[in-house]
Amino acid sequence: MNHYPQAWGRPRNDVYGPYDHSYTHSAMPKTHTQSPAVTGTSVLGVKFKDGVVIAADNLASYGSLARFTDVKRIRTFAPNTVIGFGGDVSDMQYLDRLLQTLEINENYLSSSEHSLNARNLHTYLSKVMYKRRSDFNPLWNMMLIAGFDEDEKPFLASADLLGTTFSSPTLATGFGAHLAQPLLRRLMPNDEESVKDVTKEQAVDAVRACMKVLFYRDARSMDKYSIAVITKDGVDLKEDEKLENQSWAFADQIRGYGTQVN
Amino acid sequence: MFRNNYDNDSVTFSPQGRIFQVEYAQEAVKQGSVVVGLVSKTHVVLTAVKRNAEELSSYQKKIVGVDDHLGVALAGLASDARVLSNFMKQQSLASKLSYGRPIPVERVVNMIGDRAQSSTQHYGKRPYGVGLLVGGVDDLGPHLFEFSPSGLTQEMLACAIGARSQMARTYLERHLDKFADCSREELIKHGLLALKESLAQDKELTVDNTSLAVIGVGSKEGKRRVENFKMYDGQEVGPLLEANVETSGTGEGEGDAMETDS
Repeated sequence: MNHYPQAWGRPRNDVYGPYDHSYTHSAMPKTHTQSPAVTGTSVLGVKFKDGVVIAADNLASYGSLARFTDVKRIRTFAPNTVIGFGGDVSDMQYLDRLLQTLEINENYLSSSEHSLNARNLHTYLSKVMYKRRSDFNPLWNMMLIAGFDEDEKPFLASADLLGTTFSSPTLATGFGAHLAQPLLRRLMPNDEESVKDVTKEQAVDAVRACMKVLFYRDARSMDKYSIAVITKDGVDLKEDEKLENQSWAFADQIRGYGTQVN
Repeated sequence: MFRNNYDNDSVTFSPQGRIFQVEYAQEAVKQGSVVVGLVSKTHVVLTAVKRNAEELSSYQKKIVGVDDHLGVALAGLASDARVLSNFMKQQSLASKLSYGRPIPVERVVNMIGDRAQSSTQHYGKRPYGVGLLVGGVDDLGPHLFEFSPSGLTQEMLACAIGARSQMARTYLERHLDKFADCSREELIKHGLLALKESLAQDKELTVDNTSLAVIGVGSKEGKRRVENFKMYDGQEVGPLLEANVETSGTGEGEGDAMETDS
């Protein structure tokens, strides 16, 4: 023992050699938060004349491994906003806690029910996402925010890991942006003007059809999914839906994959 | 010999359970010139009598616009009111920036209430020497709040604070049941007449000494839109005074004022 308290309890330099500080201080900053680990795939959203439909499957993949098969990627924000998450699941859980805190604080500060609508939440989330990407520590998610705006019109918009926002009568994240979005757009030949002609049933059917297409063609997807229908009456969230009437007949026609060479 | 020992700071109670510094601050409110506020189902009106320190100086500002949907009228130390209204402007802007939502009136009033309260509980601080009438419009409609140096905030249907405000309050109490259904113009009239009640014998409302502000629940293309904070000051109050308040020489009585209301 010597009289330098900072050396007490440490391996002695004269016995073990000088302490290697590189164990505790790496030369480079942390980078593992800049890429996703456990991920969810596409989220779909469609407006209709008096609300919005939103859907996402219940799978969380670890790379290409279908790791968790019962993950709810759609969460509600009372009274009638719904948020669907694609991308990193742990970041989704962080955002979920953030929104939970926000909801509690808002209700605590208001003598009646809080007044945050879907548009307000979308603005808030996009600022959170942009702040985090500017810190080089992005939340690795693509989100759809669905609900109603201040004029009680159906609202649907996306926010992603860069803080980019986009709004359209039909939206899809991830693989869905390529596979489902073109199909969903058939519902809306005149973009926003078409919304008033689309019924709830049409919108739900289109979303269910797209979930099926995505299951056929997206290798990170699953046949169990959640779907939420948002109307003025509230949110009808079903979290344990199965894809019905699958037909793999088309699979015969596909050539050039796996063991099948031509 | 009879010195009050319990008024040296704002954190010490007197044996009677009073905090003298707060009561003295409330005296400062009574020294300020009168301000009146009142609400209908659609509008909130703030009116104020401005004072000039001397003949050659300008008149002290009595009504401050905080945001499109929010304004305050002050009685007491104008510099303390500036601190509070600047804080309200900051909070209002923060709400717009992060949520895209105009801050709810009750929320911002509670915030300045909390600030004022904290100076009654920390040694070395002094209470704000100003009373405010906060008028604003949010999702729940128009609101009027009274703020006093103690940190007390109350929602009011109509209120008057400042020097000789008892006369204005009497007027407001006498006409209270009419306010709810008043039109914009009728509410302005009541605001000006209440203000006039509290004037000294030899004083009258002029374009120089009268300020008035209106905020309302408006609509545009069937959508709910705030009728933005509008201040009438200087020459702009001229037409309002002419239409609603009889100027000197005509010697109108209270009877006239009551007749024109119904």
